[in-house]
Amino acid sequence: MIYAILSLAVLGAVFGIVLGVAEKKFTVEVDPRVEEITKILPGANCGGCGFPGCGGYAEAVVAGTAPLNACTAGKDEVRQKMAQIMGIAAGAAQEPKVAQLMCKGGKDKAPLLYEYEGVEDCHVAATMFKGPKACSYGCIGLGSCVQVCPFGGIKMGSNQLPEIDYNICSGCGACVNNCPQHVLKLVEASKLVHVRCSNKEKGKQAKEACQVACIKCKLCEKNCPEGAISVVADAEGSIAVIDYAKCTGCGICVTKCPTNALEIMLPINVSNNEEQNLTVKHPPAGCNHCGLCQ
Amino acid sequence: MQEMMIIIIGAILINNIVLSQFLGCCPFLGVSKKLSSAIGMGVAVTFVLTIASLITWLVQKFILVNLGIEYLQTIAFILVIASLVQFVEMVIRKKSPDLYKALGVYLPLITTNCAVLGVAIINIQKSYTFMQTLANSLGNALGFTLALILFAGIRERLEEADIPKSLQGMPIALITAALMSIAFLGFTGLL
Repeated sequence: MIYAILSLAVLGAVFGIVLGVAEKKFTVEVDPRVEEITKILPGANCGGCGFPGCGGYAEAVVAGTAPLNACTAGKDEVRQKMAQIMGIAAGAAQEPKVAQLMCKGGKDKAPLLYEYEGVEDCHVAATMFKGPKACSYGCIGLGSCVQVCPFGGIKMGSNQLPEIDYNICSGCGACVNNCPQHVLKLVEASKLVHVRCSNKEKGKQAKEACQVACIKCKLCEKNCPEGAISVVADAEGSIAVIDYAKCTGCGICVTKCPTNALEIMLPINVSNNEEQNLTVKHPPAGCNHCGLCQ
Repeated sequence: MQEMMIIIIGAILINNIVLSQFLGCCPFLGVSKKLSSAIGMGVAVTFVLTIASLITWLVQKFILVNLGIEYLQTIAFILVIASLVQFVEMVIRKKSPDLYKALGVYLPLITTNCAVLGVAIINIQKSYTFMQTLANSLGNALGFTLALILFAGIRERLEEADIPKSLQGMPIALITAALMSIAFLGFTGLL
């Protein structure tokens, strides 16, 4: 009995001492600010900041190698709190970006090349003729972006194109990086006019592949008062490209586009950026974008 | 030497700790979703299991038997394993922060991995010598790692497979584990 108690006590004490010594010897200095910053970060580990998860970003901020405004999901509030913890100025926010789908070819617009019955994953479908749609540049529509969005901000629309909820989208770019077709792009949230097509084939082929494809007619280029949109050619082909730095969102190109590949959208309400929204030019009610007023 | 090889191969293939003796099923099912974490867990368990078996053998031989208190085996062994896992955690955290992050919560969970205690007790029950204990625990640990890595590889493929909805996730994993167990039965006549 006495041996039992003694031996266990001694064993426990020995292990305790060994662990205690080891604790001193192998102690790891962790800056408490890392933990504090990790706590206030959104914790979605979306990777939008370019660091491996929120923990990685917190470490980089404390080490001084990352800017305070890199967390796109955290917005202003998180930046202010981080500035408090770090004792430095919060600095300016990044211009908020959102993911935009550069494809309008839903199932009613783009004919199918074949019936796809495989795994419900865009990457798998993309290995076969770049997806089941006749347009090999378009959105495959199996919802890989829906699954990868860390904030649950994308859902599949009725026409088998993803619908992005701009109240939720933080512009982290997780879906952009995951899309096998590269039809999702990060664009400043204030920009309203987008080329909703990624097809670089010649006009006739593009039109055959999808009713709402860019047919490279250059009508947008000719009519743009700012010279912001032009049909740009590269090794693959050509397509209308908007220079977002010049685009004022007037929407003239949208009315001129014969296939409706261009689209003007309603202003996105970015909650912490009201001032910027006010400066976006809204065409007055009844405007038919004739361009005469300019 | 030959005897030790027989013990090691027997422990890896014939009496595989997970697939034949059904010890350590919790990490086998829990950490087998990704191949990378399965490898990390396998390495951690191999390390802890081998060291723990040797220390528990020494504790049994020089403390418990000498004092005639073998009935305290379980509690003494758990004490050894728990402290050892704590120690390993501290060392890994200091020496390899990346491995520490990769193992995450599974490192402290090795404490409750019944394979570790199970192998320690089997070594005593079979009255192995010190070297035989080393061979047996190393073999069992490698067997655990082998089973875990094989299973993780299969499960990664299952993610892409077209599985009926009612079987997705854990059900198909359990069926897979059962089939692997049956496959390992084929090694019975090896030695």
